[in-house]
Amino acid sequence: MRTDEAIARSKSSPLKKIIFFGALSLLAVPFVFPTWWMITSSLKPISDIFAFPPTLWPSDPTLKAYADVFVLQPFARQYFNSLYIAAVVTVGTMLVSSLAGYAFARIRFRGQNALFLVVLVGLLIPSEVTIVPLFQIFINLGLINTHWPLILVSTFGAPSVLATFIMRQFFISLPVELEEAARLDGLGRFAIWWRIAMPLAKTALAAVSIFTFLHIWNLYLEPTVYLLTPELFTLPQALTRYTDAYGGEMWNVQLAAATLTALPVLIVFVIAQKQFVEGLAQTGLKG
Amino acid sequence: MLGIIAFVLVPLGLVVYFSFHEWNVLAGTFTFVGAENFERFFTDPKVAPVLQSTAIFSTGLVVLNIALALLLAVMLNRRSRAMIVYRTIFFSPVVVSLVAWTIVWSFLLQDNGGINALLATVGIEGPNWLREGPTAMAAVIVVQVFKNVGLNMILFLAALQGVPKELEEAARIDGAGARVLFTRISVPLISPTILLTFIITIVGSLQVFAQVAVLTQGGPGTSTTVLVYYLFQQAFLFGRFGYGSVLALVLFAIVLVLTVVQWQLRKKWVFYEN
Repeated sequence: MRTDEAIARSKSSPLKKIIFFGALSLLAVPFVFPTWWMITSSLKPISDIFAFPPTLWPSDPTLKAYADVFVLQPFARQYFNSLYIAAVVTVGTMLVSSLAGYAFARIRFRGQNALFLVVLVGLLIPSEVTIVPLFQIFINLGLINTHWPLILVSTFGAPSVLATFIMRQFFISLPVELEEAARLDGLGRFAIWWRIAMPLAKTALAAVSIFTFLHIWNLYLEPTVYLLTPELFTLPQALTRYTDAYGGEMWNVQLAAATLTALPVLIVFVIAQKQFVEGLAQTGLKG
Repeated sequence: MLGIIAFVLVPLGLVVYFSFHEWNVLAGTFTFVGAENFERFFTDPKVAPVLQSTAIFSTGLVVLNIALALLLAVMLNRRSRAMIVYRTIFFSPVVVSLVAWTIVWSFLLQDNGGINALLATVGIEGPNWLREGPTAMAAVIVVQVFKNVGLNMILFLAALQGVPKELEEAARIDGAGARVLFTRISVPLISPTILLTFIITIVGSLQVFAQVAVLTQGGPGTSTTVLVYYLFQQAFLFGRFGYGSVLALVLFAIVLVLTVVQWQLRKKWVFYEN
């Protein structure tokens, strides 16, 4: 209530309020308009796409571009590729980072500090730094043009290191007493981790999964380097390949594919925005 | 217990392996071609403009991103339903696929695209944004700021909500205005968060690739060729893997130096640590 009074006091005059919300709404335009423009333009026939004056709603909406998305590239396959890679990496990262983070937080072992130093150094190395040697390793292993490099590097590489760090910070903040009690009840180390620590770590795990999913969903350099055939492409790569014979962009098809890529995640976000935002904010503070 | 150690050591072993492999490859190229790649780096006429583009991009991005994120966080630091709606709006680009977001902006920024059409309706002839050096760089920066500013905004917002109300009230009773409240109370108290986001944003800005690849392909000329894009060009388009490794090392060195500098500054800059 006190904050409401404070608002009432500081924003007492209606004029101030109008200016305030006007400014906010103006600021919101570049955040909302592109998505709106993407969706509406994807519904316009190609002849209208650069029409002047621009129209905010297609006068003659058509789904032609959406049909073309699937004809010109194996888009459904690419969508599946992106989804399953993201799922595998997200689950893998959650497992690896929570196990590693838990071990760093709770188990004393020889070389622990040295190992944790390695993790911290790993945090500092952008994944772009190691891409050349990794590329050579995967050539030697015969894994170029497979999804293995994307899955392995992401699960054990940069994003997982960050996740491990976040999980360690979280497990350190947990009271030890609970786990001691469980140990007295005869639970083993692994069971304590799985049955006591993990259920308590839901918010941290949610944040880690969101971070990881967005990271892998947006990956562009790595697929461009490792994947060669359209059937194996991930979505970001596929989106940029809707070009005509002269290399010019087929805008309406590109925008239709972009809409199909962006909209589902956006809808999930709007539905779950509270958990999304608060989970990330909490973890960000602790990290 | 053994299982955990194995699970811990395997990924960490891989991290170690990966991080040291970079040096091994370099050692390999070192013995094969000597310092040739390093000589190339110091004689390559493109290095200076590439580093300059990288510096301009990172500086522009970090300054704009942090400033806008702070502004939005302060504006949204109120308890009401409308604020949640705005928070959702400003955060939403974070969850939009990066390449999809960039493609839409590329479409908007075409010579005959949405933004110039909008400008034309009020009688302004807009530039060909992505084909002219300065506007191309500005476009890459601004598109990226809008994409990710929501994340920093959320972190600042969470930090601002942790500032004790009593402090603000005490200051207000002492006659402090909104600006003084912000610079003397809020900013010092959330300075650990500002520093953290500063580091994350600056390191992230050095990794920009997709935006450049989709919007400008590094052009026109080398005006938007940032270091990672140049690395990609040299290693994977021209097959100069040794030279690419040198560029990767330069990237690592920059990140390392920036981090060390920030670590040092932290003592002076950050008001308190929790």
